[in-house]
Amino acid sequence: MKKILILGAGTGGTIMANKLRKELSRDEWEITLVDKHKTHYYQPGFLFIPFGIYKEQDVIKPKADFIPSGVKLLFNEIEKIDPENNKVFLEGGQILQYDFLIIATGTRTSPEDTPGLKGELWYKEIFDFYTIEGALALKEFFETWQGGRLVMNIAELPFKCPVAPLEFVFLADEFFTKVGIRDKVDITYVTPLSGAFTKPRATKMLGELLQEKNITVIPDFYLESVDNKEKVIRSYDGKEIPFDVLTIVPVNKGDELIARSGMGDDLNYIPTDKNTLRSEKYENVFVLGDASNIPTSKAGSVVHFASEVLFKNLMCAIKGRKMRAHFDGHANCYIETGFGKGSIIDFNYETEPLAGNYPLPGIGPFGLLQNTKMNHYGKVLFRWIYWHILLKGKELPVESEMSMAGKKK
Amino acid sequence: MAQKTYAGKSLEVTDDGYLVDPSKWNEEIAKEMAKEEGIELTDKHFAVLKFIRENEASLTIRKVGNSGIVDIKGFYALFPGGPLKISSKIAGIRKPTSCV
Repeated sequence: MKKILILGAGTGGTIMANKLRKELSRDEWEITLVDKHKTHYYQPGFLFIPFGIYKEQDVIKPKADFIPSGVKLLFNEIEKIDPENNKVFLEGGQILQYDFLIIATGTRTSPEDTPGLKGELWYKEIFDFYTIEGALALKEFFETWQGGRLVMNIAELPFKCPVAPLEFVFLADEFFTKVGIRDKVDITYVTPLSGAFTKPRATKMLGELLQEKNITVIPDFYLESVDNKEKVIRSYDGKEIPFDVLTIVPVNKGDELIARSGMGDDLNYIPTDKNTLRSEKYENVFVLGDASNIPTSKAGSVVHFASEVLFKNLMCAIKGRKMRAHFDGHANCYIETGFGKGSIIDFNYETEPLAGNYPLPGIGPFGLLQNTKMNHYGKVLFRWIYWHILLKGKELPVESEMSMAGKKK
Repeated sequence: MAQKTYAGKSLEVTDDGYLVDPSKWNEEIAKEMAKEEGIELTDKHFAVLKFIRENEASLTIRKVGNSGIVDIKGFYALFPGGPLKISSKIAGIRKPTSCV
């Protein structure tokens, strides 16, 4: 019996388990999936929790519900990967052998990396919204907040779902307008980037939207520390920004397991061939999604598109053939812009987000780099698609490779 | 694209002033480029520039801070304003792109 081992039962690992079990004979291939947590979080939903749009039960389901029969699912902490010997050590002493390994252990927030961030104000006046705990604590705080300086800061690049902090300030603008205290809330967006986003056209569109909504952008700010006494954030070049409430995207890092296994870079991301999605070092190891160092967004849409390429290449590798599928870095992000509207961007390694229609050229229904109600409905519907189609590895009517059709240069 | 003269050589540069061909770079060019940024290069600067040239593929401020040559604060002190962008320019490599 040959063995495929998948580490991580998040978006990527779950999709792969479904695709592979459907394809590979049960008599020949054993598929095992390991994760330390039993709950699957719909992470794009965390953003809506502080504003009371989603509740905790809207974003959680048992991981086991999405794993097909015939896949061995183990809930266990992983101690170490030994890629030289094709072995994975689990906590408690169990050792798993593999012929092929798929690492999909994701990325996580690491507030410990910034001095003062997890100080006395943590979850009192300093919050993240990338964890269920942070999102719920912030919801409670906003329920009684009377206004003041709201600072949204990004600590380090890259980070998961790069549009989420923008969506957060757009939704905050709407929320405080509806509560009736927008005039008492000063919203500032503090980023290490030189503008609202990385790519020129999206930066311009989003920058104008921020200005329209009276949200101040402070670019080129690289966070060194948080001062809980003075209530300021400080940058490495000595700039200070005061806050009454700080919402933060903490430093993102790959799982500690990757560091323990000596397989990661400075931020525990695994050096991965950006086209084949195979580890740069080990021929029988593939890396899917946020756990890799490929130069595109860390986001579920990327994982979904990449999973199709990884699947094809793994099939080739199993048969000893040349890997022919190439990942183009395709990412696709809905951006909630508040008041029932949204935008959408579609891009890859080479092409920045452009205006146009998606997914059908000339028709849409979604408008790229536009601010429309239809785009917002797309985001609302997406939660259903995620649970019922995407995780189960079923076909979606969108191509994994980015298309120029429908885009305006 | 434009042409600029550094250390007596006419070189092709991008609109942002980055060398188009990193192999044409030398220390004299670096010194003149640094002057334009208001920086007088020291041995420390050159040690950082060497690290930057050798790690072009996966450069981040954090990585330079972990290099053992300077910490992040020191990196900002050597190349004030935007240390990665400015040092990459002086090192003669392409403009770093942050991919989000």
